[in-house]
Amino acid sequence: MTIRTPSRSIFRPQHGISQEILRENKRLIERIDRRNVLRGALSLGALTLLTGCDVSENDQVQTFLRAVSTWNDKVQSLIFRPNHLAPTYSESQVVKPPRFNASYDPQDVKPVDGASWKLELSGRIENKKPWTIKDIYALPEQELIIRHICVEGWDYIGQWSGPNLRAFLERIGADLSAKYIAFRCADGYTESIDMPSALHPQTILATKYAKEPITDPFGFPLRLRTSTKLGFKNPKWLVSMEVTDVFPETYYSKQGFNWFSGI
Amino acid sequence: MTHELKKLHPTPIRIMHWTNAVAMFIMIGSGWKIYNDEVIFGWLHFPDFLTIGKWAQYGLQWHFFGMWIIVLNGLAYVCYGIATGRFRRMLFPIRWHELIATIHDALRLRLSHDDPTRYNTVQKLLYVGVICVGILTVISGLAIWKPVQFSELLALFGSFQNARLVHFLCMSAIVLFVAVHVTLALLVPRTLVSMITGGPTVDPAPHVHSLEPIESTP
Repeated sequence: MTIRTPSRSIFRPQHGISQEILRENKRLIERIDRRNVLRGALSLGALTLLTGCDVSENDQVQTFLRAVSTWNDKVQSLIFRPNHLAPTYSESQVVKPPRFNASYDPQDVKPVDGASWKLELSGRIENKKPWTIKDIYALPEQELIIRHICVEGWDYIGQWSGPNLRAFLERIGADLSAKYIAFRCADGYTESIDMPSALHPQTILATKYAKEPITDPFGFPLRLRTSTKLGFKNPKWLVSMEVTDVFPETYYSKQGFNWFSGI
Repeated sequence: MTHELKKLHPTPIRIMHWTNAVAMFIMIGSGWKIYNDEVIFGWLHFPDFLTIGKWAQYGLQWHFFGMWIIVLNGLAYVCYGIATGRFRRMLFPIRWHELIATIHDALRLRLSHDDPTRYNTVQKLLYVGVICVGILTVISGLAIWKPVQFSELLALFGSFQNARLVHFLCMSAIVLFVAVHVTLALLVPRTLVSMITGGPTVDPAPHVHSLEPIESTP
């Protein structure tokens, strides 16, 4: 039995290691205090862990953050360009069916009965007679092929058509100098938009998607569709519309989402 | 000509540095929260303990609060850097042959830390680079925030999702920078101390570059 003699590694220096580099950088190496580095790294780590317990829900913090959000509403209404059109797209780019967005799953959508459905009107409107599907379908249609952008960050191109909201407001004798339009939906959802956004040329009451009546998950029989707001500002299954000067809080603004949410 | 003596990091620089540090912390933490709701890469979700805001709306609230601090502070910093000549003095000129020499020195562990008032070429490049990335982060952020009102800006990026990707990549570059920056500051702690105390007193007059090739006389 032979005992193997390990051969000398070819990577091993022939004449020992030069200590020159160490001598030259002695001052620098002395300064690297491992304990200090570790301590620093640990404090930094601890700082990031602080976010684990959320300070956002603290009343004072929430009051402050919501005040900033209200300030951001004002800034957004100043930035808003009333006649600047959002980019439009070709029919070949339209996604069918549209992407579903709601606070619940599509299978939980309760379909609206079109035959008994009515759109109720209230607030600063001259003619508050409720509208039926037939009445709405009899109005001239406008088609929009626009990008839907969700607050979460996803987007798709959709093809929507229905009466222009500005034309509709004029027809019912709404006071266009009022501040807000508030909507209520069949599922209890509430939404409201500022008057300038309501009067934007690309804001419609949509009845159709890709030239067919909107299907149940996407707002049958009537929904709002505007090119200048995030997805959640486009309520589906509308049952009432109010023209008002009193700020109407909404389903999502009550939870702390930014109210204006323009894009 | 009077040679006024100043500290390495004048008070405005120190205030803006730490304001920026806090704002970055808010923007990155809340940005990760927002990212998680619609990830760009299926394999990448940020763990909850690294994000700011328990629910989506809180993350959004922090992000759209932090944006004011980071933009106003950043504007003040850029104006200050240009108006006082600090950028010109500290970050320029960036010379190619010096870059190679610095990398060479760094690899042989021969980097000099003796003069903290002068940045080496790698530092200059990184600082100029991260300022440019910061500006691109704000531009891509504005394009995502207002893709219709600023549709001209969005057009620079091609599409909404491209702008999101650019915004994300800018964040990644900044996080990398911060990791290196913090590690080096901890390795040479007196740089960290001088960002609090102001550091050594320096002569603000432009230095004569010692790394200039010296003409040899016969």
